[in-house]
Amino acid sequence: EPGHGPYQPHEPGYGLYETGYSPEDKQISEPSTQMLAVQNAKAYLQKSSTASGLNLYDHLANMLTKILDEQPRNVVDIIENISKDVKWSQFQKKMDTLRDEHEILPTFEVAEKRKALFLKAHGEGDEELEDEIADTPLPNVMETAFYFEQAGIGLSKDETYHIFLALKQLISVQPIQTCRFWGKILGLEMNYIVAEVQYHDRAEEEEAEEEEDNEEGKKGMDEEKEGDEDEEKEEDDEPPQSTYKPPPVIPKEDTGTGTNKYIYFVCNEPGKPWVKLPPVTPAQIVCARKIKKFFTGRLDAPVVSFPPFPGNEANYLRAQIARISAGTQICPIGFYQFGEEEGDEEEEGIGGRDTYEENPDFQPLSVVEMVDSLSMWVHHTQHILKQGRCVWLNPFQKSEEEEEGEEEEKPEEPDEIQQEIGPPLLTPISEDEGIQNVPAWTAQFSTNLVPQYAVAIIQSNRWPGAYTFASGRKFDNIYLGWGHKYSPENHTPSLPPPVQTEYPSGPEITETNDPSVEEERALQAAQEEALAAAEEEEEEEEEDEDDEEEDD
Amino acid sequence: MEASCLGAALELVSSGGAGLSPEKRAALGASLPLLRRDYRFQRVWFWGRIQGLRGAYYVAEGMGADLAAPRSRLYSLNCVEWNLLPPASGEMVARAEALKGRFQGDPSFEYELGDAKAEDEEKLPEDGQELVIKEEIRLVATIEQIDKAVGIIPRGSFVKTPLGPVHENRNFEGLSLTEAKKLSSYFHLAEPVNLKNKTLLEKADLDPSTDFLDSLEHDIPKGSWTVQLEKGGMVVVLRSLLWLGLTFYHVPMTKQYGYVYFGTGEKNLDLPFML
Repeated sequence: EPGHGPYQPHEPGYGLYETGYSPEDKQISEPSTQMLAVQNAKAYLQKSSTASGLNLYDHLANMLTKILDEQPRNVVDIIENISKDVKWSQFQKKMDTLRDEHEILPTFEVAEKRKALFLKAHGEGDEELEDEIADTPLPNVMETAFYFEQAGIGLSKDETYHIFLALKQLISVQPIQTCRFWGKILGLEMNYIVAEVQYHDRAEEEEAEEEEDNEEGKKGMDEEKEGDEDEEKEEDDEPPQSTYKPPPVIPKEDTGTGTNKYIYFVCNEPGKPWVKLPPVTPAQIVCARKIKKFFTGRLDAPVVSFPPFPGNEANYLRAQIARISAGTQICPIGFYQFGEEEGDEEEEGIGGRDTYEENPDFQPLSVVEMVDSLSMWVHHTQHILKQGRCVWLNPFQKSEEEEEGEEEEKPEEPDEIQQEIGPPLLTPISEDEGIQNVPAWTAQFSTNLVPQYAVAIIQSNRWPGAYTFASGRKFDNIYLGWGHKYSPENHTPSLPPPVQTEYPSGPEITETNDPSVEEERALQAAQEEALAAAEEEEEEEEEDEDDEEEDD
Repeated sequence: MEASCLGAALELVSSGGAGLSPEKRAALGASLPLLRRDYRFQRVWFWGRIQGLRGAYYVAEGMGADLAAPRSRLYSLNCVEWNLLPPASGEMVARAEALKGRFQGDPSFEYELGDAKAEDEEKLPEDGQELVIKEEIRLVATIEQIDKAVGIIPRGSFVKTPLGPVHENRNFEGLSLTEAKKLSSYFHLAEPVNLKNKTLLEKADLDPSTDFLDSLEHDIPKGSWTVQLEKGGMVVVLRSLLWLGLTFYHVPMTKQYGYVYFGTGEKNLDLPFML
């Protein structure tokens, strides 16, 4: 009740009754003065604020309505926040349209792209539908994802399905014979989804021709440049020629063999266009072994490193994919066998067999056997040699002109003309070396509770992120990770090579002390003796010499 | 991540490739509430999984009312039976930092600190401590390190009361999309180190009830976090590059957020070379 006594300055009622409507010591008993007091109080509460245009009465009413509607727990603790929210909501309506337009755009764009994946390309008719079902290179990504999911590996179902549809789109655009979802590589700004693909034979030939044209075009340009340089050199005084001959460039392997056996397409997100990665060169693989860099997500980003990587991020990505594939693509033993048609033994002697075919008599091993013994699994991708290729190539056999020169100079590589041999195709993974005391592979069951339906899972410890599953006749490999090899030691970048000597230092340019006075005099005395001896000999020829000197 | 929304949260984090099998998910759904009951936690977080060579450790954290107090940590090898881990002490962390290499997957495995130099031997207290560390201790130390270094929360989600304890902010509606892309909207859930070093101007803008932790802006090295918008801006995913495998997710304008670690439990010391 109002009027409980003299108000102290800190009480909220202070000053309300200053004008004398409420006597300070008496109680207000008459209803009319009481009503008047209430009305005055209400009028005060309804006074609009000059700053914001709100008034306390309405604000309190809104707040209490909101509280009574929502009935939150422990209201008194959050009353200030509720008050703030109510005030804030007054302003929201005016700014609504502006805010909506700005913020939601990127979401909508991406949603549009994803929707496009779901739309079928119309106008093909029913005949094509049958073909599609019969003989499609599209892998059953969802089935593979199911098996991996049993081990807790894999992307969300949503994303997997989008990738599935994106692969379907890729197949419809490119002439592809086999296709596989290779995996996902994470990057700083964006990630890469990688598809491993093989073209139809005809398409391969066309591609090979295109590449040769490109290379020849480049060579032509280089030759022209060299011609210009030579001309310039003849005109100026030639500076000393450097005797440095760069080590021979090891040529990359042909499309369809070795490291370039498969072609890889990447995209940042399902729905974005697929980009083909260029074939990988041995120099890129050799350099990629020495550096360790995160991928940014943009294929044209430069790779800044030492030793300088010959290429941009697309090449680095391709090189890492090649290394990962060579190190971790495995299959159950017996699934693949070497073809019965054997080529010339000479060809095979150098590179080993590089083709295999499916074994029609493959008997699937039980899951228990697969997990217990690592020798039940074999690599089905060729090992990459130190050179950067799968099939060793002697770089010194290339041009006959340089052969003789090279033999004399003795290049500095330790394995000069020694052939590099790697483990042949289809070696069991139990032969893989571990790193320090970490074995190269870990095998597990997907579940211990239901062994009848368990799936054998193999994880690579050398390339964390590489997984393989096998169950009955089905198996597949996948890579989900950052794209780097495991190294328990810290990565030490290679040091720059020592500074090369500019010129050989010999006695003519070495500094020596100037001769002291005694030495000079001694030398002079010796020279005078020699002159005296010579003069006697020259006495006979003096006249001739004098004539000659006068001519000079 | 909150144990109550495990399924949805795992879907959001799985873009890194790691997740849980349906079996483990189901097991967690059953065992985590039991943990809450047995240990009287107010909330239980599924912290993540550390992959060892022969097995994996599944880790959960339990918290009482004060969210800034040291958390209880539990580990399990099969998501069904949980064991409480000893609280982490500074000394434990220091000793375990010297260990390198993968976890073995066996909690009673003993590492030998055979490489300790003579100086370190002198530093060791004289009460006969052995130069072996059990893998359990290493596990505790690693979890503590990871939490301290890269355990993050969005700004405004936790509120510090004047009396000290930290509570969840019930008025936290989520970060907006623009805010979610900035590193300054995320805080380390650990004792603040850099807070005092801010300039007066910056301090004036801070709200002491919500800005009482270090933000990610000044993490060294710069660039050790990747911020990505997934599903077209539906989810913001932050990944740490210092501890590869730590993933934080947040759905803007909602209260959903959390972090989880799926990895090998090794610090990425090559980070400066890789950026």
